[in-house]
Amino acid sequence: MIKVSNLNKKFDNLHVLKGINEHVEKGEVVVIIGPSGSGKSTFLRCLNLLEHPTSGEIIFEGISITDKKNDINKQRQKMGMVFQQFNLFPHMTVLENITLAPIKVKKMSKQEAEEVAYKLLERIGLKDKALSYPSQLSGGQKQRIAIARALAMSPDVMLFDEPTSALDPEMVGEVLEVMKELAAEGMTMVVVTHEMGFAREVGTRVLFMDDGKVVEQNTPKELFSNPQHPRTKEFLAKIL
Amino acid sequence: MDFAFLAKYYQFYLRGTGVTLFISFFGVICGVILGTLLALMRLSKNKVLNKLAQSYISFVRGTPLLVQLYMVYYGLPRLVGMDLPSIGLGITAVSLNSAAYVAEIIRAGIQSIDKGQMEAARSLGMTHRMAMRYIIIPQAFKNILPALGNEFIILIKESAIISIVGIHDLMYNTDTLRGITYKPFMPLVYASIIYFLITFTLSKLLAIVEGRLRAGDQSL
Repeated sequence: MIKVSNLNKKFDNLHVLKGINEHVEKGEVVVIIGPSGSGKSTFLRCLNLLEHPTSGEIIFEGISITDKKNDINKQRQKMGMVFQQFNLFPHMTVLENITLAPIKVKKMSKQEAEEVAYKLLERIGLKDKALSYPSQLSGGQKQRIAIARALAMSPDVMLFDEPTSALDPEMVGEVLEVMKELAAEGMTMVVVTHEMGFAREVGTRVLFMDDGKVVEQNTPKELFSNPQHPRTKEFLAKIL
Repeated sequence: MDFAFLAKYYQFYLRGTGVTLFISFFGVICGVILGTLLALMRLSKNKVLNKLAQSYISFVRGTPLLVQLYMVYYGLPRLVGMDLPSIGLGITAVSLNSAAYVAEIIRAGIQSIDKGQMEAARSLGMTHRMAMRYIIIPQAFKNILPALGNEFIILIKESAIISIVGIHDLMYNTDTLRGITYKPFMPLVYASIIYFLITFTLSKLLAIVEGRLRAGDQSL
């Protein structure tokens, strides 16, 4: 579904991604772990071109998104993204947050978009918050709304950039719960996270990144119980 | 209050106030249009446009309004090779000046919006233009409005300077009255009251608009 070849990203003199080759299959839940500064988030943000790769190619559903000839806005409609800082639109109600893109981008009717939105809100248990503003919600609620907003575009893949890192500990669970359900329904997901429990339980594949490279990857079971690379061992010893 | 004085000369004040309001009104409108263009130039990735706007803003901010007024008043007719109405020249000078400040207010307002907002909008498949229209500008507008209102008030007050080139605004007529009545002070008091009433009314109106916009926030 997403094919990444020889991806490089430099910020001025800083070489953040050093030639990454990766293939995400449909239905996979790929969890990316690694120390901070290893390039995990940059890698994820390259997948929908929020960061422009310095070189390399990314092919999404058979279309090269790194090729400037192809309309990235079209491709992004099929790639939902959830951010660490939620990034809900503060001047709009929850309902408007969710329906804006379907109405404006997909040209859905307002009524249809609201139907979709209410279904999603019901699923994440926040139907009563439809007319609230983001500032009236807790962090966990905001992030669940952000997930619903991305899902409203019915994407083929969901990208999560440390979705629980900005949350109070007691709210992490509710967000992970939504993500688990999503995975169970067969959604293709790429998740950058520090939640090893989630990686172990939900991930079909775990990538360990360090210094701009994918150092090691395996099934969660294998990677956590039997890490091969010394950097992986060191990292896991620190956090587990 | 010297009612005999006012009864005799109030027409001077009325006409002067009319001209001041006229120049301020069109000065604000042209200033905002030009200022928005300059702000867009400053925000654009095009280096030439960016530098051009930046130089213009630096020049306007770094030179006295009086110098700019003289340059427009005596320079512009030569540049285009024909006589231009003084009022038009007055409006041009005032709005060219105001545009630079408006541009900086708008640019700062837009840049103050967290870049995550743009990223979230783009990640949903919105074009840059859509994201600006539905996400960035509505939020920036709320932040911009108080500073913009302040700039309007400054413009109204500063417009008094055009009296120097002989445009018959409130300040010019006040000076005339001081001359013909041999009263150096009282005419100024009346003028200041009128200026104050104009700016005070405007700031109250802006406060109402701001209040309306904030009402949508409903933040806790």
